[in-house]
Amino acid sequence: MDPLFTWTDFFVLKPAILLSLFGCGILLTDFLLKQGRWNALTALVGEGFVAVALWQHCEDVAANGQRFALGGSMAVDGFSVFFNYIFVVSAILAIIIASRYMDDEKSNRGEFYGLMLFAQAGMTVMAQGYELVTLFIGLELMALSFYVMVGFLRNELRSNEAAMKYLILGALSSGFLAYGFSIFYGISGSTNLAAIADAVAGREISDPVLLIALVTTSVGLFFKISVVPFHMWAPDAYEGAPTPITAYVSVASKAASFAMMMRIFLVPLVSVQELWMPLFGAVALLTMTLGNIAALTQNNLKRLLAYSSISHAGYILLGLAAGNETGLKGISLYILVYIFMNFGVFALISAMRREGHAAEDIDDLNGLMHRHPGYAILMLVLLLSLAGIPPMAGFYGKYFIFLGLLEAGSYLLAIAGALYVAVSAYYYFRIVRAMFLSESLEPAVIAPGLGTKIALVASAVFTLLIGLYPEPFINMATDSILLALR
Amino acid sequence: MQLDSILFYLFAVQILFSALMTITRRNVVYSAVWLISTLVGVAGIYLLQGAEFLAGVQIILYIGGITVLFLFVIMLVPVSEESKQRRFSSQLWIVLIVAVLLTGELGYFLWQGADSFQMGEPTPPAEIGTVTTNSEQIGQVLFSEYLLPFELASILLLVAMIGAVVMAKARPGAE
Amino acid sequence: MPRGYIPILIFLVLAFAFPVVTILVAKLVRPSAPGKTKLEAYECGIPSDADTRGRYSIRFYLVAILFVVFDVETIFLIPWAIQYNVLGLFGLIEMLVFLAILIVGYIWIFRQGALKWV
Repeated sequence: MDPLFTWTDFFVLKPAILLSLFGCGILLTDFLLKQGRWNALTALVGEGFVAVALWQHCEDVAANGQRFALGGSMAVDGFSVFFNYIFVVSAILAIIIASRYMDDEKSNRGEFYGLMLFAQAGMTVMAQGYELVTLFIGLELMALSFYVMVGFLRNELRSNEAAMKYLILGALSSGFLAYGFSIFYGISGSTNLAAIADAVAGREISDPVLLIALVTTSVGLFFKISVVPFHMWAPDAYEGAPTPITAYVSVASKAASFAMMMRIFLVPLVSVQELWMPLFGAVALLTMTLGNIAALTQNNLKRLLAYSSISHAGYILLGLAAGNETGLKGISLYILVYIFMNFGVFALISAMRREGHAAEDIDDLNGLMHRHPGYAILMLVLLLSLAGIPPMAGFYGKYFIFLGLLEAGSYLLAIAGALYVAVSAYYYFRIVRAMFLSESLEPAVIAPGLGTKIALVASAVFTLLIGLYPEPFINMATDSILLALR
Repeated sequence: MQLDSILFYLFAVQILFSALMTITRRNVVYSAVWLISTLVGVAGIYLLQGAEFLAGVQIILYIGGITVLFLFVIMLVPVSEESKQRRFSSQLWIVLIVAVLLTGELGYFLWQGADSFQMGEPTPPAEIGTVTTNSEQIGQVLFSEYLLPFELASILLLVAMIGAVVMAKARPGAE
Repeated sequence: MPRGYIPILIFLVLAFAFPVVTILVAKLVRPSAPGKTKLEAYECGIPSDADTRGRYSIRFYLVAILFVVFDVETIFLIPWAIQYNVLGLFGLIEMLVFLAILIVGYIWIFRQGALKWV
């Protein structure tokens, strides 16, 4: 019998192990340190270790290509490294924003950071997993941590309501996913993705069993990435959650779910691409329509960004609907860019307060240009990027996805996507107008902590940098796809 | 075998009847008790399939743990008011659509017969041949092939614990 | 069904039959004379003045949910215990890691004071 756990296994699992260790460590040292900011620091040290481990992964992938561990249930490849880096960056941003925000809300507690790390451990497993049970448990670990973090502000009724809605719909979607997975196990007799790929390839494309498995799996994942018609939870959850967690959910959890989706649909289900590509195209179209139109009338910033995030998920899904290399490259790039532009905006929102409460309305930004011109300009960069206007980074994500659609011959989807960019520009410019043209008699106080300032500036700088000098980032995105999925 | 078929139909009738009673009772406590009966029936079906470990889990965990939790939750909220009102009627359409879809799916496969639902052969790891009972087999794969999900499950349980305390414990200084 | 479970089946049937039979037999044998006074509280009983289903403290829920979590943990011990001889040292280490993570949770809960009942 082979040794059950080797150094290779340890190497592959290192990010997840480190995250779990630091998560447990924070829970144990919480009582000694007393102050929330020390826990944040511990979490950041943990992220540092994970980043080093990922660097080793990166070198290993360059030398050896794709590698498996634990009997093929976890993989290390360009895809997993890329997405793991995305999780690390968004976790760091979330932690440094949260330290101040949770202090203001008087809820700066150790378990909050512990949960962040556990959620990230789940995401790591989702990006690296190559086997259904592992993927499913990773997803559940992430989702469960998020339910708790969304409802962390116990004294805020909205936060509790958000957590409840998120939990119930999340549990429902997990049920769909488990149903789909069980059918995949049924048709292949194995939970390993490679074995499932063989079993699926050996079947007729018109096989109804396959169709049911495919549809239920998609529905389960559609919930997680919050696309129409499975988006109902997102606006409420985003609005009620603590702002740093809203940013973390909208970026990292979405990225992890997309990573899992790409693994499942591009490894075992690649042979039945004709079956799911039209489905994804239709869902993406619906999502962009509803997300963009609903965002037009929102006055709460977090709610507006929730609908905008729904429509962004629609764009990213278009990349899968294109299904070719350009489209997939576009997904990776889009998600990378999306971290920075989204986190930057949420960083500023998290710093706004009015009479001891978080201020979250568009009106609270009135006259920002006169009071804090620096912040207003940073926000302008981020919002232009969210709208996808060149030369900001957001443009390139959309560009590659549209290019992919055109290469695949889906002209209709590409045109619709481009039209909705114009619609989305309208609501982003509502925010811009409030900042630059409106006056406010009683302005909301904007007092970001050091971490929030760093997050805001870094996000804007990266958004500009990727927009002006995109080559290295495009190469990263390309590597993430080429080394893994084809 | 004859006895197996008879037992299967007995359990099936029990499950269906109890499930119907569960969703039609106005008093939630009755619903919870009928749910226990449903779960016992499911445990019986597991046992018929030779999945003794699952049957045990079903009884210890679902009946002994989760249903008790349900009863606690029922006692936590004053139900008498809400139970008199007609609720969730706005979602009736969704429920109908889902029910029709599921019935259609079930009907299709019953109509087409077993051939339309061909399953693959499971590929158990080599060492599983040496043990016979279901619990032993589960022990074997859980601690070798599914080692990682097993350890992850313990972190999942840890998060569940934290979540329960964060959500349910009165905080010092709050309220 | 595995043969070994047939005694349990017989036992179940007997257990169900017992109350049914005794109630039926009692109904046949006893005289029937219903009356309103029989339903009232007896001499030492106090007439109830509120609904029996009052609200319970949330603490019961916390205890119940922690019980379920540890129940799941116990379930995982069973297959390990059955296969202990085969799994050997590696299985023991795996199980210790599994338990260590949960013990962290237990310590955390304890230090939080979530188990205090005042």
